[in-house]
Amino acid sequence: MRSRLAILILLGLALTAPLVIYPVFLAKVLCFALFACAFNLLLGFAGLLSFGHAVFLGTGGYVTGWLMINSGLTPEIAIITGTIAGGLLGAVFGKLAVKREGIYFAMVTLALAQLVFFLYLQAPFTGGEDGLQGVPRGKAFGLIDLADNQTMYYFVLAIFLVGFWLIHRTVHSPFGQIMKAIRENESRATSLGYDVNQYKWIAFIISAALSALAGSTKTLVFELASLTDVHWHMSGEVILMTLVGGVGTIIGPLVGAGVVVSMQNYLSGGELGNYLHIIMGAVFVLCVLSFRSGIVGQFNKFRRNNF
Amino acid sequence: MATFLGINFFALFGQLLIGLINGSFYALLSLGLAIIFGLLRIINFAQGAMYMLGAFVALLGFKYMGMSYWVALFVVPVVVGLVGILIQRFLIRPIANEDHLYSLLLTFGLALMIQGMFTHWFGSSGQSYPVPDVLKGGMRLPFMYLPNYRAWIIVVSVLVCFSTWWMIEKTKLGVYLRAGTENPQLLQAFGINVPLIVTLTFGFGVGLAGFAGVMAAPVYSVSPDMGSNILIIVFAIVVIGGMGSIGGAILTGLGMGIVEGLTKYFYPEASATVIFLVMVIVLMIKPSGLFGKNT
Repeated sequence: MRSRLAILILLGLALTAPLVIYPVFLAKVLCFALFACAFNLLLGFAGLLSFGHAVFLGTGGYVTGWLMINSGLTPEIAIITGTIAGGLLGAVFGKLAVKREGIYFAMVTLALAQLVFFLYLQAPFTGGEDGLQGVPRGKAFGLIDLADNQTMYYFVLAIFLVGFWLIHRTVHSPFGQIMKAIRENESRATSLGYDVNQYKWIAFIISAALSALAGSTKTLVFELASLTDVHWHMSGEVILMTLVGGVGTIIGPLVGAGVVVSMQNYLSGGELGNYLHIIMGAVFVLCVLSFRSGIVGQFNKFRRNNF
Repeated sequence: MATFLGINFFALFGQLLIGLINGSFYALLSLGLAIIFGLLRIINFAQGAMYMLGAFVALLGFKYMGMSYWVALFVVPVVVGLVGILIQRFLIRPIANEDHLYSLLLTFGLALMIQGMFTHWFGSSGQSYPVPDVLKGGMRLPFMYLPNYRAWIIVVSVLVCFSTWWMIEKTKLGVYLRAGTENPQLLQAFGINVPLIVTLTFGFGVGLAGFAGVMAAPVYSVSPDMGSNILIIVFAIVVIGGMGSIGGAILTGLGMGIVEGLTKYFYPEASATVIFLVMVIVLMIKPSGLFGKNT
């Protein structure tokens, strides 16, 4: 009952926020929140640290951007295609990466992502260093013109809610329970007869597809798909968002994305812009040293202890 | 005369030489990673930043204090190693009992910070470091022109790698190291100060990266992102070789340098990606790596 109420309040806030805050900024936060939630599905619930998730964000963005520029498809079809493309790439990478564990898993995903980064740098359809610029937003379902920022925001909010609901369903399904069991004790899960690698692989595909969904949407919001989204810095950023918000919590990545994106916006506008990477690195170090459960994790602990 | 079966030997050997030089750096860096991994069970994401730091300390020492290359070759690894010791003692050790992924994230954050600071101070463009006078010029071999400094890199890197291997496999200190890798608790019970060994090992592994940085300064341009670019390739190499053996890390590093050089000659478009492709193939055939033990 109480959580229902919380959800209603949050939804109300999300619906009225663009009246007060710049809608493109809000849409950006939602895109990164979805990205971080998708990443958290893998790290928080399956215990797999991917260091190459930017590649799915970027792939979704490129596919959607290319389709919007070169085909007459409506944005929702372009986004779905981008999502599927990310899922397929995730299927290939996941198959390779789940063969190794822990630290190796992180290195394999990072290296695979770098491989794709170089391919996109040279490939004819990505626009190389310039990226795909001037991606038209089009009309959703052929009816709703997304050129208006406010309309775009509500479109993004709808996508975010669908993605968020999917993640919520995945985590609370029997599949999600088995994922948690694998995270807690992999050999026991194996001995209970679960094909551990198969479960990890499926989790990887879902996470990759949803990351691509976030990237596809982001491309429409900014009318741009670029190499920044494929770079390893971006893979680091999504880890930071999840860490700041709280690994393994449902709402944490959303909070983390809000904090990190706000921080970046605030810093890049002011004179501290030059220090952006230094500050991000410092936040990383501080979080790991003394704030490992993140904002939401700390909050939950506080609530458990005091109420 | 220089061509046979359509192969231009001057160009081919030129690329092979560049490949061997890159391979020397890959070997030095992955050797450092492997030594650190052996005892600490973590991958040092800041290894690339330490390599960059080594190159910059050499450059700044030369610019502002007139420190010669030869002095730098000894001083810089010590300085970088000390930085590593401080990092291990005050940042990594407090979280050593947590999930090892946290140490990975910690070193990643440190790498971001260090790279960010140098970009802020020196800009992102590269600076050059002069080749020491004694090693200027080169030799004209029948099939290629060999610049002296490049020959020096290969010889010295191989020597350093080999002595490290020898130290770990054949000396008393190496026995402690290997025992610590196998069973740290038991080693501690024998009265060996394991935490000290762990800290020194981290310092040594990081010092190797600093050493590689000094060696690299005269051939590559010294820039803040030189470390992160090479580090991701070295990660792929570590996956290819597996971290089972010190010798394996050295051989895979050199070997992948040569593979990269050959690709630059035969199919230049793929030269940036070939090592990652090899990694994919190795993952499909032998996931534990060429020299890795099954885990």
